[in-house]
Amino acid sequence: MSFNATMPYEAVQTGHTTPPKKNLVKLDLKWLGVVPFFLFAAMFLIGPVLYLITGAFQNTDGDFTFANIAALGSDNIVASFLLSIKLSFVSAFIGALSGLLLGCAVILGGLPKWVRHAFMTFSGVASNFAGVPLAFAFIATLGRLGLVTILMRDLFGINIYNDLGFTLFSFFGLALAYLYFQLPLMFLMITPALDGLKAEWREAAETLGATRRQYWQLVALPVLMPSILGCFLLLFANAFGTLATIYALTGSSFDVVPIVLFQQIRGNVLYNPNLGYAVALGMVIIMGISNTLYLTLRARAERWQK
Amino acid sequence: MKKPFPIMPTLIALMSALYFLVPLYATFLFSLKMTRGEYSFASYRSVLNSSIFIDTITFSTIASLCAIVIGTVIIVPTAYWVRLKLPHIRPVIEFISLLPLVVPPVVLVFGYIRVFGSNSWLPLAGSDQGTNLLLVFGYVVMSMPYMFRAVDNGMSVIDIKTLTEAAESLGASRIRTIAFVIFPNVRGAIMSGAFLTFSISLGEFVLASLLNRPAFGPYLVQLGQDRAYEPAALAIMAFAFTWACMALMQLFAVKKPGSRWFPRLSIKLYKKVEA
Repeated sequence: MSFNATMPYEAVQTGHTTPPKKNLVKLDLKWLGVVPFFLFAAMFLIGPVLYLITGAFQNTDGDFTFANIAALGSDNIVASFLLSIKLSFVSAFIGALSGLLLGCAVILGGLPKWVRHAFMTFSGVASNFAGVPLAFAFIATLGRLGLVTILMRDLFGINIYNDLGFTLFSFFGLALAYLYFQLPLMFLMITPALDGLKAEWREAAETLGATRRQYWQLVALPVLMPSILGCFLLLFANAFGTLATIYALTGSSFDVVPIVLFQQIRGNVLYNPNLGYAVALGMVIIMGISNTLYLTLRARAERWQK
Repeated sequence: MKKPFPIMPTLIALMSALYFLVPLYATFLFSLKMTRGEYSFASYRSVLNSSIFIDTITFSTIASLCAIVIGTVIIVPTAYWVRLKLPHIRPVIEFISLLPLVVPPVVLVFGYIRVFGSNSWLPLAGSDQGTNLLLVFGYVVMSMPYMFRAVDNGMSVIDIKTLTEAAESLGASRIRTIAFVIFPNVRGAIMSGAFLTFSISLGEFVLASLLNRPAFGPYLVQLGQDRAYEPAALAIMAFAFTWACMALMQLFAVKKPGSRWFPRLSIKLYKKVEA
């Protein structure tokens, strides 16, 4: 596609007979068309982020320093980052695994077509059902007075809060709530990869005497691996940036990085505005790495989906 | 060889369905329990009768619509222009449009507050109207990846080069071409991006809260702290709303320019006429 897109441009370049001076003016006018977009992006996306990034390397007087970056190593901030990474990792791992299982079951498991259609439709909605309403739904389900909590108590005599030590407002409670948008997102994203597993590969493997396990281990999984890893990274980034759900569930008591930053903006809880910039920089770097890796892996995975 | 009944897949699908549906069912049931001893829609009535609900949702609706309009006005001409005249800078535009995925909303708004604070060169955050504008721009930025993708996909299925040449040979100006030829042809794609934008920004919390706007997201959080049953009612409404947005998005994304809304119905009618 990029070949076709560049063709006319090259044709213009080589086939041009007008003097170079006029060509220059024409080129300038051509660029004018993208000025609004670049201006908007510079002012409301790149500029503000760059401001934070440069601020991360300055002290309050505006002099260059690494002190803020060094201060990221202080105990409470390292703890926040670790908690964030751990929560995102666990929720992405559970999401990727269950999404993959669901994908295999629905796409490859020989279930009727309508099951696939129903899950696809529902996943499209559920993967976008995040934020505050999701928190409310889980409070009504697994909160202290939630339906499932009450049901467990009345039917089995188990109080999941007192007897099992479960609380929705903890690490695993949050991971369980995140799963509600992570699982459908994984399912939606892994579906094209699973569809891309050609029946011929399986037949070829079976003809050569491969067992079911060998087929998965040596053919299907290696082909799927870039997709799975890529989706996992996207889920990770997705969870890492989540703030609203966690805030609605736990207030500000659960110190993940977005919450720390939120508090910092509200009331300078770090007592150093430039340290806030450094935390923001840290977030952008982590999001950047996981998204870049995701895009790289996706490009790799698409080789098999032609 | 007859295929055996798929036990494991069925089990996995059932478990997943259970995980998806139980919270919805629980939330719905919970939302009906406001009046003691009976099921009623009292919590829904309470929400819909509250004036803060009406005010905040009106505010957020307007903000979202503004974001959709501004986003469209920025992205459609850019995507068109890049495809037509500057295909070699496409990767740059694509990269910038994907950047918001790397910048979490909390970081974006942090930057806004610092760059456009009351003692900066452009003190947008100093006034109410300016802050509203910042909120809308923030939503434009957050929806940019989806909007750009939708519009760009829409443009890939129409032949913009031929359309442009046709419009120009009929004497249309650049702006006229974009507004009356290109725009209508990617309307479906724009609408599809618009509904996604709408579902993202209507209940958005982080930007609205940190910019101190009377929007729907902060109202939701406040309600969650103050009330028990109304949040459940709102969660159900939010789910229905998300569903509607996604359904409309899908409808517009699949619909090709000029195609009918209900293809199956029209085929039937056509056959009848033929017979």
